[in-house]
Amino acid sequence: MTALSGLRVVELANERIAFAGKLMADMGADLILAEPPGGDPSRDYPPFLDNKPGPDRSLYWWHYHTSKRAIALDLEDPDGAKTFRKLIATTDVLIEAEPRDRLSKLQLDYPTLSEIKPDLIHIAVTTHGRKDPRSDLPATDLTIMATSGPPWSCGYDDHSLPPIRGPLQGYQTAAHFAYMSALTALLYRGVSGEGQFIDVSMTAASNVSTEAATYSWLVAQKTVQRQTGRHASVSPSGETQQLCADGRYANTGVPPRFPHEFTALYDWLKSLGLEQELPEAVFLEMGAEWQGPFDLSLIGQDDAITAIFGAGRAALQLIASSVSAQDFFLGCQRAGLAAGAVNSPEEAFEDEHFKARGFHTHVHHEDIDRTITYPGAPYRFEKTPWSIRRPAPKLGEHTAEVLAELDP
Amino acid sequence: MPGALSSFRICDFTGQLAGAGATKWLASFGAEIIRIEDPVREGRWDILRGTPPFIDDRRGIDLGGAFNNHNTDKLGITLNLRDEKAKEILAELVRVSDVVSENFAKGVLEKWGFGYNQLKAIKPDIVYVSNCGFGHVGPYSDFRTWGPIVQAVSGLTFSSGLPGLEPAGWGYSFMDHTGAYYMAMAIMLALLHRQKTGEGQWVDLACTESALTLHGPALLDWTINANPMRREGSPHSNRNQWPPMAPHGIYPTLGNDEWVAIACRNKTDWDALCSVIQRPWLTDKVFATLEDRLNHQDALDQHLSDWTKDQTKYEIETALQNVRVPVAAVLTPEERIDRDPATGSFGLWPTVQHREMGEVRVDGQPVHFSKTDWEMTHGAPCLSEHTMDVLTRVLGYSEDDVIQLASEGVI
Repeated sequence: MTALSGLRVVELANERIAFAGKLMADMGADLILAEPPGGDPSRDYPPFLDNKPGPDRSLYWWHYHTSKRAIALDLEDPDGAKTFRKLIATTDVLIEAEPRDRLSKLQLDYPTLSEIKPDLIHIAVTTHGRKDPRSDLPATDLTIMATSGPPWSCGYDDHSLPPIRGPLQGYQTAAHFAYMSALTALLYRGVSGEGQFIDVSMTAASNVSTEAATYSWLVAQKTVQRQTGRHASVSPSGETQQLCADGRYANTGVPPRFPHEFTALYDWLKSLGLEQELPEAVFLEMGAEWQGPFDLSLIGQDDAITAIFGAGRAALQLIASSVSAQDFFLGCQRAGLAAGAVNSPEEAFEDEHFKARGFHTHVHHEDIDRTITYPGAPYRFEKTPWSIRRPAPKLGEHTAEVLAELDP
Repeated sequence: MPGALSSFRICDFTGQLAGAGATKWLASFGAEIIRIEDPVREGRWDILRGTPPFIDDRRGIDLGGAFNNHNTDKLGITLNLRDEKAKEILAELVRVSDVVSENFAKGVLEKWGFGYNQLKAIKPDIVYVSNCGFGHVGPYSDFRTWGPIVQAVSGLTFSSGLPGLEPAGWGYSFMDHTGAYYMAMAIMLALLHRQKTGEGQWVDLACTESALTLHGPALLDWTINANPMRREGSPHSNRNQWPPMAPHGIYPTLGNDEWVAIACRNKTDWDALCSVIQRPWLTDKVFATLEDRLNHQDALDQHLSDWTKDQTKYEIETALQNVRVPVAAVLTPEERIDRDPATGSFGLWPTVQHREMGEVRVDGQPVHFSKTDWEMTHGAPCLSEHTMDVLTRVLGYSEDDVIQLASEGVI
């Protein structure tokens, strides 16, 4: 028994919603991926198994379609449309990212489908929402993010360098909202018996996911400016990214503010034999002995607070430049300071913490007789665990099986 | 109108964005969120309560703009959990709640006597969702994080940058937003399971782990092909790997710090782009096929920047939209909030009424439901704003009881 077991979700194959489908499928939904007979284009996206392109070798496909069943279905063909209607009669959630008028032209839009299945939850994902004609313009993850905020806030202190987008996250943020919408509508259906139509805007999803950039404008009509490796800010803030002795970077976090933090930092500095190299070390001792509140709002006004706070930051930077990024991370955390190594994804994946939590997920691929290690669960449920129940399906792999279920 | 989630009550200890963002979603669909804060420290555990941005530069514990943004339509009560009577009130509240949610460091609720086992003893089918950087299980479970640390440790900071430079990272707490989304999912998944089986459960959410699932196929490329993202020339995150596209990037335009994003997915897009640019370099054979363009991206980007830099981002956006090439001006906050008609007509920036701040616009939800749409009307609760309401209406105390409890320092 898993959280979504017993629920059927139909996904009309589209790279924009593949992740939303995976999230539901890995929590136990019977997810049926309906593809056109030629297959979805993302079946051919790199990277590839053993770096060799070819059918069923796309790791992009493998990643985004775990736990799903695939059927080939031509909605333009009357028989295909008929099968789709039959399928919808057994479906709880339909998720699609079709051009706005495609399903109505095929007479497969929500008004029609909800006659077949009155409690259907139909989730339509478009770039700008159902009412905006710009939803029919071509767009990619990059252009979706550019228009909706993230790159404005991401990049370098040097503004002659372009703003940066974090890859994939325009699609994935929209997928999170599509999934949250599905769960919300399912809970309501559980109480009321009613389905409904849900309009998800991808650009709106990123627009409401950019933190201070948005509410600095909404509340105070102020504009944040991007900075290297730290929050975009209305006024410039101190650097938090430091090159470590092993050539990797660390995020030095918030400098110490409490006596026990100054004590721990000073002890660490001494244990590394670095106290002579930090002229401000004396202020760490003052911080360790500080009585009463250490009011950060007085930085720049109160000489002692300014010097002590500055010494904390300087000590962190000195230590970071003297040890490896991982040692810096572990040392800070043991001193009670929230700091981190800037890991690459593979370094993060190989970290002992995630291994110990069981994040590495082993999935056997029968066709090639290999067991593949996948990234694991985004959350740990005590009773209804996340799981990858099968590798991504081949084109039409489950067509016969699903058709037989529809016509027993 | 009943909300989609009106039948649920959440006993909510969350704060900051990583937690408060989760219950904001639930509140906007009608769930009753009862936010519990410490009267002694005036709720300052949530640092956003009293930090900028402020309306008219008015400062105070009830006036933080971010706090208001993340806590719309929640009820706020105070309980001094150092006091046994306050613990009894909390137990009564748990007994009539569906969910207990928190994003403290590991062990905080347990120390107060409200760990999962204790919660279960009070309410056997309770859903308990804890959310912290490294989760409650594993060697780093005592470590502390905030958004940028989660992003650094999980690989997200690294994956955002240009080759040969240090990571650009995320200019905001992307994983506080996203961690909140995973927390909302966890709460709702557990409620669906309970709706089906009557059974509650604990969900251990680690934001770093949620973040680690967001690298797409990069981790399979690592586990299967041993291709690391940390390698010469990588990452180059304005370019696209999956699928490969060229050109694909963010280019300078006329004006100060003005940019446009352009992507050519295929030959059709490239031909359309060429029809607009009409410059001799386009016919250079090194740019003939997608493979050629991928092999000469630096030169291609240089040529394209020379073309974009003399026009405004909107001129380029219009010209390329007309020939159906993926394009978008990089918008400033002002432009996307107040000048892009799409976000306004979508209702993305609703105005809420806050008791002290007055009318304030906030982040809405990027979705619309045909029957039970979200709604945001009230701003974040002022400290203890709803203690009287909750204790009398939900728990059946008299007004005199509540006044007495306040005088005793219980609430």
